[in-house]
Amino acid sequence: MTDQGMLQHLLAAPGTEPTLASFNTEIWWMVLLKAGMVFAFLLLTTIFMIWFERRVIGRMQNRPGPNRAGPFGLLQPVADALKLPLKEDIIPRSADKLIFVIAPVISATMAFIGFSVIPWGPEVSIFHHQTPLQLADLPVAVLVILAMSSIGVYGLVLAGWASGSPYSLLGALRSAAQVISYEIAMGLAFVAVFLYAGSLSTSAIVAAQNNGWFFWELPVSFVIYLFTMVGETNRLPFDLPEGEGELVAGYHTEYSSMKFAMFYLAEYINMTTVAALATTLFLGGWRAPWPISLWSGANTGWWPLLWFLIKVFILLFGYVWLRGTLPRVRYDQLMALGWKVLIPVSIVWILFIAVIRAWKLNFNSTAIYAVAGLVFVLLIIMVMAWDEAAQQRAARNAPTEASPQPAVAGPGQPAAPAFPVPPLDLPHYHGTGVEPGNSATPAREVTGA
Amino acid sequence: MTGVLAAGTNTDSVAVETVFWILAVVAVAAALAMILVRRAVHCAIMLAVVMLCLATMYAMQGAPFLAFVQIIVYTGAVLMLFLFVIMLIGITAADSIVETIKGQRLAAGLAAIGLLVLLALGIGHAAIGPAAPPSPKYGSGNLTGIATLIFTTYVFPFEVTGALLITAALGAMVLAHRERIAPRPTQRDLAARRLASGQVVGDPPPGIYALHDSADRPALLPDGSPAASSVSSVLNPRTGTEPPQVVRPGEKPQLEAADGGEREPAPSAGSGRAES
Repeated sequence: MTDQGMLQHLLAAPGTEPTLASFNTEIWWMVLLKAGMVFAFLLLTTIFMIWFERRVIGRMQNRPGPNRAGPFGLLQPVADALKLPLKEDIIPRSADKLIFVIAPVISATMAFIGFSVIPWGPEVSIFHHQTPLQLADLPVAVLVILAMSSIGVYGLVLAGWASGSPYSLLGALRSAAQVISYEIAMGLAFVAVFLYAGSLSTSAIVAAQNNGWFFWELPVSFVIYLFTMVGETNRLPFDLPEGEGELVAGYHTEYSSMKFAMFYLAEYINMTTVAALATTLFLGGWRAPWPISLWSGANTGWWPLLWFLIKVFILLFGYVWLRGTLPRVRYDQLMALGWKVLIPVSIVWILFIAVIRAWKLNFNSTAIYAVAGLVFVLLIIMVMAWDEAAQQRAARNAPTEASPQPAVAGPGQPAAPAFPVPPLDLPHYHGTGVEPGNSATPAREVTGA
Repeated sequence: MTGVLAAGTNTDSVAVETVFWILAVVAVAAALAMILVRRAVHCAIMLAVVMLCLATMYAMQGAPFLAFVQIIVYTGAVLMLFLFVIMLIGITAADSIVETIKGQRLAAGLAAIGLLVLLALGIGHAAIGPAAPPSPKYGSGNLTGIATLIFTTYVFPFEVTGALLITAALGAMVLAHRERIAPRPTQRDLAARRLASGQVVGDPPPGIYALHDSADRPALLPDGSPAASSVSSVLNPRTGTEPPQVVRPGEKPQLEAADGGEREPAPSAGSGRAES
């Protein structure tokens, strides 16, 4: 970059707000440096999250969690990371070898690329060069993350198919259906942000939140995004593609060693990326939260990186909290939530937001909020009345209450047997059961024949 | 990403040309492979490669919105649905290749000739005629440009296409719809039905009390006979389901100790239950 280019660049972007133009004048080693920073950050976050998740869930379940390797068990993920690649790398005989090998690579690569458009901070000085703390930006940067997550699913789906095992295939089918469904709702949650920010570029979206986070203006979009981000990353309570109670481990049942590690890595990086995207779109990106933002220096220099990381890790803690608290939902419940709740609510919300936006731009009056509130209350009343009517209709049409015991035979039906009920009183309920050690034959160790 | 931005500002045409020729080779090779490979899933992957190459070319032409929409909609949703169906119904290379449509080859040949003529006309027009204007006519970015075109000049075709797509989706739903004749069974109905069937709990898991702890080894019933329902129907149950050699004449069978050699001595409460 010439000095003249530098000058133009500085003139084009006064202050510390990076714009799209800031990214056209990047020096090659700066891009490499920032790419290295993103790579290292994602790897370190994954390692930290493994320890953090196990410790926090341990605390939530009244046990200490890993506490042997290093202080507070901090070296446990290092031990895991060393152990995993040293395990035997098994490729099943029935597997489609090439795709079996490529699938985890697709997953992990796409996870890394998605993070490149996340802004970490404003323009800072690195080796006397002013540069935005963001690897890349595009006029359609948010779509890059959506695109990368939709290609990343190929990794899961192909892994499940190429393994040649029924459990893997079922996991792959589930993940395909789940991600397509939740991606629609996720895209719709973005639309309101695009309307308010007037741009799809992540740096412009952060710049648009100068006067207030979109979390306050678009709470419905934020809540919908929170649901979809858990669904997109296949985490509890939406981790059906790998539901270990039903599918052993789902799509990565047959994977071991380094290939399994790549899926693991991809899952944690995806979590970090969607949490960082939530921060960027709804929580003001790298902007300081309220009491700190009163300090004039809060949004300059390297400080914003700290605010950004705090917000991201609060969201990541939410992931761990969900996992420690909620059971896995059933598959039909997952699909019903996605298609019958999240998508219709998003569409209605976008209509609502678009009307408010158009009105504000054209009439610039605060009466719109009164009208909007009135319409909202009317809508709620209509939905409640409709629900009441539906319930009354259902109550009228419902058959009379069936008897609690199915032993009563209907006309022309044989009597069904009674439900088995365990005996209500047994000796060992009172501590007077079979005495230990009175078995007729002593237990003997048996070796295989 | 920097390549994309450089292309958008037309600063680095050499890099754009280089990337174009690499992608062209990859795209054509993948398209050929899509026709030539035998397994349906491989075809779908090759198609995905072609789509990604096209998306990158759109991005190089200064149309990043089109590029990422291509990836999200076509690669991420449409092709994923293809893959879903292929995996769900399990098409293999062994499937029948008998032509079911009469005159398919003739029709395909005619369509191919038509496509060739169209391509020749289009490429010839582009090569001979004046070049297209380099900058977009509408708006500054291609996002606002597309939006302006869709909601002004082409608003009617856009709405008609939308109506057509909605009609198609509704038609598919109507065709696939099945009227529910009986009411949906409640949890209570299901419980009563399960009791009436005689099997209250699920199938027993395999391998219990058997010599090997594997999924294709049937569990043994208390009398030593194999329980056929304990092995999944997709597996072949192993023969040789005799219990391990722990029962000697005059002794009672010790079933606990039979499923693993390295165990602690079985708790006697368990053996008491087994004997009773």
